[in-house]
Amino acid sequence: MHARATDPMVPRVLRVRSRRRDGPQVWTLQCDDGANEPPGFAAGQFNMLTAFGVGEVPISFSGDPARPQRIVHTIRAVGAVSSALTRLGAGAALAVRGPFGTGWPMSEAAGRDVVLVAGGLGLAPLRPALYQLLAQRAGYGRITLLYGTRSPQEILFRREIDSWRKLTGVMIEVTVDHAMPPWHGHVGVVTALIPRARFDPRRTLALICGPEIMMRFAAEALGAAGVASEAIYLSLERSMKCGIGRCGHCQFGGLFICRDGPVIRYDRLREPLRVREL
Amino acid sequence: MSLPPHSAQLLTSEGLDQLLRALRRGGYRAVGPTVREGVIAYEDIDCVEDLPRGWTDEQSGGHYRLRRRDDDALFGYAVGPHSWKQFLHPPRQRLWRTRGGGDAVQIEREPPDGPPLALIGVRACELKAVAIQDTVLLGGAYGDPHYRARRADTFILAVNCTVAGGTCFCVSMDCGPNVATGFDLALTELAAAGPPAFVLQSATPAGRKVLEEISHRPATESEIAAARARVQHSAQHMGRQMPAQNLPQLLLRNLEHPRWSEVADRCLACGNCTMVCPTCFCTSVEDSSDLRGQQTSRTRRWDSCFTIDFTYLHGGSVRQSTRARYRQWLTHKLATWHQQFGSSGCVGCGRCITWCPVGIDITEEVSAIRASDPG
Ligand SMILES: Cc1cc2nc3c(=O)[nH]c(=O)nc-3n(C[C@H](O)[C@H](O)[C@H](O)COP(=O)(O)OP(=O)(O)OC[C@H]3O[C@@H](n4cnc5c(N)ncnc54)[C@H](O)[C@@H]3O)c2cc1C
Ligand code: SF4
Ligand code: SF4
Ligand code: FES
Repeated sequence: MHARATDPMVPRVLRVRSRRRDGPQVWTLQCDDGANEPPGFAAGQFNMLTAFGVGEVPISFSGDPARPQRIVHTIRAVGAVSSALTRLGAGAALAVRGPFGTGWPMSEAAGRDVVLVAGGLGLAPLRPALYQLLAQRAGYGRITLLYGTRSPQEILFRREIDSWRKLTGVMIEVTVDHAMPPWHGHVGVVTALIPRARFDPRRTLALICGPEIMMRFAAEALGAAGVASEAIYLSLERSMKCGIGRCGHCQFGGLFICRDGPVIRYDRLREPLRVREL
Repeated sequence: MSLPPHSAQLLTSEGLDQLLRALRRGGYRAVGPTVREGVIAYEDIDCVEDLPRGWTDEQSGGHYRLRRRDDDALFGYAVGPHSWKQFLHPPRQRLWRTRGGGDAVQIEREPPDGPPLALIGVRACELKAVAIQDTVLLGGAYGDPHYRARRADTFILAVNCTVAGGTCFCVSMDCGPNVATGFDLALTELAAAGPPAFVLQSATPAGRKVLEEISHRPATESEIAAARARVQHSAQHMGRQMPAQNLPQLLLRNLEHPRWSEVADRCLACGNCTMVCPTCFCTSVEDSSDLRGQQTSRTRRWDSCFTIDFTYLHGGSVRQSTRARYRQWLTHKLATWHQQFGSSGCVGCGRCITWCPVGIDITEEVSAIRASDPG
C-alpha cells in the first residue's frame, strides 16, 4: 500500500511574492499558492507554515478570504521558526499545510452589530473577518473595532485602519498601553473601550482575539454589557504540532484547539478558562 | 465472547511453531514476546523457541521481575513494558524530505515501509488499545497514512490471559481478559505438565487461511471448558481494581482536588507512564537539514504531556506544575478521552503502575479522589 496523495502531515511549497514590515518584529508575507486549485479559507482559520530545516508553526490567515489564490500571513518574529519565516524575501520558498481549524461565525453576523476586540497581533486573525464584513457593509449593523496594542509604533495595518475609519457605520477605537507625545489617542487596556462602543447587546456578535487574559476580561465586560455568552467568540492559542487533532499538544480540557478551535464560542470556554494550567 | 465449540481447534506447540513459520513464509514480519534483559519484550521472532517458555512475571507498583514457572507454558505471564504501538505507531517516523534546494525545492513524502506485521500474543487489553489508537489515528477528517498502511496489512494472533498480572485491572475497564474482536486467530493456553497445548479460535478468512497450512484437530468439549475456566480464573484474580463508575464526571468536578498536589509531590514527571501506555498517542515533530541546508526532513516522534515543553508557547508553558501535568494525564485517560473519542483511554493493562519509578498507581489515585469527592 502506498501513501495516498493526501497525507495531511505533508505540506506543499509556496513562494513569497512580497514581504512588508508591519511593525517592530512584524512582517506580512504575501504568497502565491502553487496549487492548481487553492483550497481557500474561512476568516479565522490558520495554516501550518514551515521554514525549511527550521520547523513548523501555526499562523492565522490575515488576508482576504475572497482572494484565495493570494495567501497572506502576518508574523511576529519571536523565536526560531517565526524569525526564519519573516526573513524570507520575494521568491523564497516555504511550505504550508492547511487551512485548519474553525473560522469566525460570519454567517451568524448577518443583520447584527459586530464588535471586534483585538489585542496586539490578535488583529491579524480578525482582519479577514473585517474584509468580509466591509465588503458587504449593508448586510450588517454597526461594526466596531476595538484594538489595543503596546505602543503607537506597534499599531498594525495603519493605513488600512485609517481608510476603514472613513466608512459610515464603522467605528474604530485604538488604545495603547504606553505612549509618549505626539500620541493623543487612548491609553489603557482595550476592555476600557467597551463602554464607548455603540452596539445593541441583544443583537450583537462579538469576535475577540488577543492574549488569553485580555480575551477573558473582554468577554466578561461584554457579558456585563448584556451580550450573551453564545454571541461571543474567542480565538485561542496553544502549542500545535499537527493542526489536525493528532499530536495532542493543543488539548484544553476535552477540546483540541487546532480542530475544535481556534475560534470557540465563549459559553464553552467560560468554565475551563477559570481553571489554571488546564 | 466465549469460544464457539464448532470452530475451536486444538493446537500443540509444534502446531504453533508451524503457524509462526507459515506466517513468515507468507511474507509477514512476526513480532511477539521474548525474554530480553530481564523483561518480556516484543521483538522479532522466528519460531516457538523464541517465546518465553516457562517464565512468568511478578508485578506491583514500581516493581517488575521475571520468575521461573514450574511448567513450560509459553504465555504464562502478563504484559511487559512494550506495547504494539511501537510497531504500529513507531517512536520515530520520518514524514517527508526535500529534494533540490532554492527554486527547485520539492517535497517528497515518506512511503510506507517494511513488510506486513504479524503480531503474536496480543492480549485482550492490547486489542482494545489498538482499536482505540485506530479511532485516534484513523478517525475524523484526516487519517494517518503510515498507520493506515500498517494496520491494513496486520495479522493478529491473540492470546487469552490465563495469568493475571499484579497490576492488571482490565476487568474493571471492561477490556479483558477474554479477547472479543479485532484478531485473526486467538489462543487459550491449557494447563499442562508436558508440552504446551492451546485451544484455538479463528475469526477471519486470513486466520483460516494460515490454519490450512498447519496441523490441528477439533478441540474436545472438555478442552474448551478447561480453557474457559482458566480465563475465568484470571478474571477473578486481577491485581488491581478501578472504581470505574461515572469516572468522567467524578474527575471533571474535581479538577481542584487537593490530591493532585499530593500526587505531584511524588511524581517525577518522567513520562514513563505515557511511553509504556498502549493508547497514549502524542507526538512532536523535528526538522533537520544537511550542513548546506539543501536537504531537509521532518520526523515525527513520541512525546509526552509530562514534559514541560509539551505546552510551550512563546513566553512559557501552559502546564508549568507537575500537578497540572499529572492532572492532564489522568483526566485525559479517564475523562476527556470519552468526549474526544467515545471511549475510555485506559484499558487497564497496569503498565503505568508497574513502570512508574515511584509506584504511583492510577487506581489508587482515582480511589483517593472518589473517597473525598464532595459530589
Ligand atoms: C491558531 C494559532 C494562530 C496563530 N497565528 C499567528 C499569527 O497570525 N501570527 C503570529 O505571528 N503568530 C501566530 N501564532 C503564534 C505562533 O504560532 C508562535 O508565535 C510561533 O509558534 C512561535 O514559534 P517560534 O519557533 O518562532 O518560537 P518559539 O517561541 O521558539 O517556539 C516554537 C515552538 O518550538 C518549541 N520551542 C521553542 N523553544 C522551546 C523551549 N525553550 N522549550 C520547549 N519548546 C520550545 C515549542 O514547541 C514552540 O511551539 C498563532 C498561534 C496559533 C496557535
Ligand atoms: S493508563 Fe495505565 S493501565 Fe491504563 S492503558 Fe495506559 S498504561 Fe495501561
Ligand atoms: S495522557 Fe498525555 S501523552 Fe497520553 S495521550 Fe493524553 S495528552 Fe497524550
Ligand atoms: S495541534 Fe496537534 S492535536 Fe491539535
